[in-house]
Amino acid sequence: MNTNGDAAVKVVPVRHYGQWFGMAVVALFLAMYVHTLFSKIPSGARTCHLVLGKYQCHAVLKWRFGWNVIFNYFTNGEILRGLVVTLELTVLSMIVGVVLGVVFAIMRLSRSRLLSGVAWTYTWMFRGTPVYVQLLLWGFIAILYPKFAIGVPFFHVYIVQFGANTVFIPFVAAVTALGLNEGAYFSEIVRSGLIAVDEGQTEAAMSLGMTRGQTLRLIVLPQAMRVILPPTGNEIISMLKTTSLVVVLGVVDLLGAVTNIYGETYQIMPMLLLASLWYLIVSTILSVGQFYVERHFGRGALRTPPPTPIERIRRDLRGIAAKYRTPRGVQVESKS
Amino acid sequence: MTQPMVEAVGVHKSYVGVEVLKGVNLTVARGEVTCLIGPSGSGKSTLLRCINHLEKHDAGELRVDGELVGYEARGGKLYELNDRRICDERSQIGMVFQRFNLFQNLNVLQNITVGPIKVKDVDEESAKKRARELLVRVGLEGKEKNYPTQLSGGQQQRVAIARALAMEPKLMLFDEPTSALDPELVGEVLDVMKDLARSGMTMIVVTHEMGFAKEVADTVYFLDQGVIEESGDPKVVLTSPSSTRLQSFLAKVL
Repeated sequence: MNTNGDAAVKVVPVRHYGQWFGMAVVALFLAMYVHTLFSKIPSGARTCHLVLGKYQCHAVLKWRFGWNVIFNYFTNGEILRGLVVTLELTVLSMIVGVVLGVVFAIMRLSRSRLLSGVAWTYTWMFRGTPVYVQLLLWGFIAILYPKFAIGVPFFHVYIVQFGANTVFIPFVAAVTALGLNEGAYFSEIVRSGLIAVDEGQTEAAMSLGMTRGQTLRLIVLPQAMRVILPPTGNEIISMLKTTSLVVVLGVVDLLGAVTNIYGETYQIMPMLLLASLWYLIVSTILSVGQFYVERHFGRGALRTPPPTPIERIRRDLRGIAAKYRTPRGVQVESKS
Repeated sequence: MTQPMVEAVGVHKSYVGVEVLKGVNLTVARGEVTCLIGPSGSGKSTLLRCINHLEKHDAGELRVDGELVGYEARGGKLYELNDRRICDERSQIGMVFQRFNLFQNLNVLQNITVGPIKVKDVDEESAKKRARELLVRVGLEGKEKNYPTQLSGGQQQRVAIARALAMEPKLMLFDEPTSALDPELVGEVLDVMKDLARSGMTMIVVTHEMGFAKEVADTVYFLDQGVIEESGDPKVVLTSPSSTRLQSFLAKVL
């Protein structure tokens, strides 16, 4: 009994029987899944041993998921070279996309009808057609324009000219297609960031006599970054996976390397799982980076930034420890 | 007779179908403080924004320091000025906004120096030196490194005044500078403005602070529905108004 005279009351929490049942079902499926992950199946081959003067034969077993194959090829030279190509494609296409995105977003918000019209048409075309089709179009661009030249338009006077196939080799065609497609999406992200900046900021800058360019560069764009950055992380991760489509142009990226190998060894499933694991690893690293970049740029806007995963684990552990230090139902008497 | 700092003759302004200014005449002499009062929607802010060309007026003549705002008269025709000339005109007129509009991405010192450095090509060192002097003048020394969100409303507005003064304007426009402030913070901003008025700055102030208008203004203009209803010495206009509109307005405000 405490000084207030309240008796310690035993509290019986509500029992959620449905929840228990649901958890049991999920646990069952999880167990089945883990079991198949590490189960073995007959490989089709048989092996025989001489036991006490007699041959005893039985089926040879292998990992269902081909873990040994995945392990053997995980850092294979061809795979790593493919991974590097995937990363190069991701970085270069994103650079093209970001630059185009910023330029077209600014054009879209321009007072000039021509500029905003061009920007709108660009977004309309490249966002309205599948990226896979765009990749093929750039890959086969030589059919449409066999030669590129610098000269006088409409008069067939050329100073320099070169064949489309020497410029648009598959890798270049891939970066062009992915970059142009990304630019269309990215311009919408930048546009939303620019619109989000309070109009008063522009007015104040103009009242100081700044030009439109100065206002954009010194005042509006830096403030738009806070809105633009979080979806950018999303776009990079999305681009990492979209690059796998370049296989159609014959570029040997991570997926290309994997298909080349299973074309020879017929280890289709293990090799596809290997590729998936690598994509998962890179995108995980990117997500962690995204979290910290967002947290950094959220400063000033949020009074308390969200906890990092490590902080969260520490907090949870502290919570559990505290729970066991003070047993439930026991009331601590206070001196009042 | 010296040329007035601001002269408006029959200024009109419409937004899609709504006529906000219906022929406004106004004269502001050099070194004078002019207050614009009137109910909301009467066109006070629009008139102020026309003076530094944040809004384009549709008809009438608007001159600042003898020069047409936004236009150039040559051979009986008006030519619209290009962006650079308009920027040049604006850089000579300071403006203080109701919602401060300090640059959120810059600290206090950068807010004050960005104009002189980028627009007037002042070198960084002398811009910083001048900014520190201005911060002392508005009573905010030591706040150089703070960001706008870390300051109170009154402090932000005083930084905004310092930012405008850093451009060494010949005219200062105030658009309801104390309307977004907590009552206890209004005084500190008005004090800075009174000090500025005493130093001989030409000022046009849109305000609801009748006490300030009575004490500081040389002339008061009462706008209602896009026209000037009454104007003159604040001690006369605000104590014994002749128009019934102003009488009922003052009865509501005071």
